[in-house]
Amino acid sequence: MTIAIHVENLTRRFNDLVAVDHISFEIAQGEIFGLLGPNGAGKTTTLSMLATMLKPSEGTAMVNGIDVERDEDGVRRSIGIVFQDQSLDEELTAWENMDFHGRLYRIPSDIRNLRIDELLKLVELFDRKDDIVKTFSGGMRRRLEIARGLLHHPSVLFLDEPTLGLDPQTRNHLWQYIATLSREKGITIILTTHYMEEADRLCNRVAIIDHGKIIALDTPGNLKDGIGGDVITIKSPETAKIVETLKEPWINRMDTHEGEVVISLRNAEQHLSTIVTLIVARQIPISSISIHKPTLEDVFLSFTGKTIREQEASTTEIMRQQMKKMGRH
Amino acid sequence: MDIIYTIWLRSMKRFIRSKSRIIGSIAMPLFFLLFLGFGLNSVVNLPGLGENYIQFLIPGMVAMSVLFTSVFSGIQIIWDKQFGFLKETLVAPVTRLEIMLGQTAGGATTAVIQGLMILILSLLIGLSIQTIPGFLIAIGFMVLIGIGFTAFGIAIASSMEDMNGFQLIMNFVIFPIFGLSGALFPISSLPGWLGPITMLDPLTYGVEGIRYGLTGVSQINPVICFAVIGGFTVAMTAIGAYLFRKIAI
Ligand SMILES: Nc1ncnc2c1ncn2[C@@H]1O[C@H](COP(=O)(O)OP(=O)(O)OP(=O)(O)O)[C@@H](O)[C@H]1O
Ligand SMILES: [Mg+2]
Repeated sequence: MTIAIHVENLTRRFNDLVAVDHISFEIAQGEIFGLLGPNGAGKTTTLSMLATMLKPSEGTAMVNGIDVERDEDGVRRSIGIVFQDQSLDEELTAWENMDFHGRLYRIPSDIRNLRIDELLKLVELFDRKDDIVKTFSGGMRRRLEIARGLLHHPSVLFLDEPTLGLDPQTRNHLWQYIATLSREKGITIILTTHYMEEADRLCNRVAIIDHGKIIALDTPGNLKDGIGGDVITIKSPETAKIVETLKEPWINRMDTHEGEVVISLRNAEQHLSTIVTLIVARQIPISSISIHKPTLEDVFLSFTGKTIREQEASTTEIMRQQMKKMGRH
Repeated sequence: MDIIYTIWLRSMKRFIRSKSRIIGSIAMPLFFLLFLGFGLNSVVNLPGLGENYIQFLIPGMVAMSVLFTSVFSGIQIIWDKQFGFLKETLVAPVTRLEIMLGQTAGGATTAVIQGLMILILSLLIGLSIQTIPGFLIAIGFMVLIGIGFTAFGIAIASSMEDMNGFQLIMNFVIFPIFGLSGALFPISSLPGWLGPITMLDPLTYGVEGIRYGLTGVSQINPVICFAVIGGFTVAMTAIGAYLFRKIAI
């Protein structure tokens, strides 16, 4: 197994804020690796350091065996990156954007022209190649950026929130492209996302990142198994009483949050009636009850005590306060 | 060289496509020429500088259009930063110096083309080219102004976070540079205390250089003009390259 990316104690500070906090991981060549976490978790900062756009404060990172701090150009030649925010020239055509990129990476013109056509066909933009990017939809722009990131045949491709803001259909489409790329070209792909489903469907392994730290890293399957079976969620005004009532050995873990009790257990279907009976016997009201197979959302919840959405809400709140503070000065 | 060419090529494509901007930046110097030139032609008397105010004004308007276009092209980098395109260039395996030089070459070319448009329009309203070498000298000075002030724009853009400071720079830096340069009136006609300040303005030497080329007369020795504007161009390119190296995104 060849190691494409090796990261050890990678850290980045912005003044007092530790945006990325001593993270370590390894990614094998050909793997699709996901960084999953809420807004402000440090995903983009991590990618920026791996792509040599930002200097680490501490720790080391190697991409294709090259140290990101020692040989920036070496790393840059072997990676492709699709940034979180759009980075196309809107006044150029799709083809011209590709051509510009190809020239920047010094691809000889005959190969460049062949590849541009081939890639534009792959992302189904060939018939729009001479249109100005300004006239493209969000999904088309994203596909163009992915095509552009592949033009110089990178062995590692970074995708920062590749499907953010796209409709479900386009998102599905992009997932298929990404999976095909990895399968057919053997490209190592590192993507960041805060969509659980994206990480689950696409990634061989997922690192869950929160407040700059990796709190769990495994295959999506193992992460979900780690929860301990299925998940039953009971909504009730008296969650504490429910937790007290359900002291059964077949329950693997119980968390309460936001007026809900989240129970992990094996064979949930068989135990459901017992659970309901126990609760009703103590005359505790139940507003709703549901059973589902565990998702990465449950994994995140079990590690942080919050869902990703709540985490984002609180981060947004912090950001809003910071903006206010800055505005006052 | 191939990288510089690539970035230059992009500037050219954007330039050719921006018809409204091309016309917009011809409009101001052209209005100046028509209104000031024809309006003041019979009123203004320029002792020792030929009798024709329009002839005097044309080199100034050519310099003006080169100045504004080039500063503007340099400052474009801020838009590239805001629209994200700068990241695409910065993450490529190329040096910042190549990017900066490409941007400078692109900006200078656009600026010189804009200046030439004014020059050609001037031929229609009465400019007569004295000699071919003189014409080439004028173009040489336009190129120097173009490079120097594009680099100047890049230097400003590299130290600015967003477009908020743009108006300030225009009003307090670019307009004074233009106003003090002797583009509109002979520097000798300014009050004595302003004299030294005009001599500190690099554009003064550019305007005088173009004027020498086009009309054969200038108030400053053309060799001095060349030395000063040439020195300014080299210094600005160095400063621009240095500041661009440190640009953060
Ligand atoms: N240039 C910067 N200066 C100061 N703080 C920064 C800078 N870049 C990022 N941060 C901070 O570092 C933290 C991590 O940011 P980062 O962009 O890596 O998050 P993220 O996981 O990519 O989030 P999102 O899902 O919103 O893209 C945030 O708190 C952010 O405010
Ligand atoms: Mg991000």
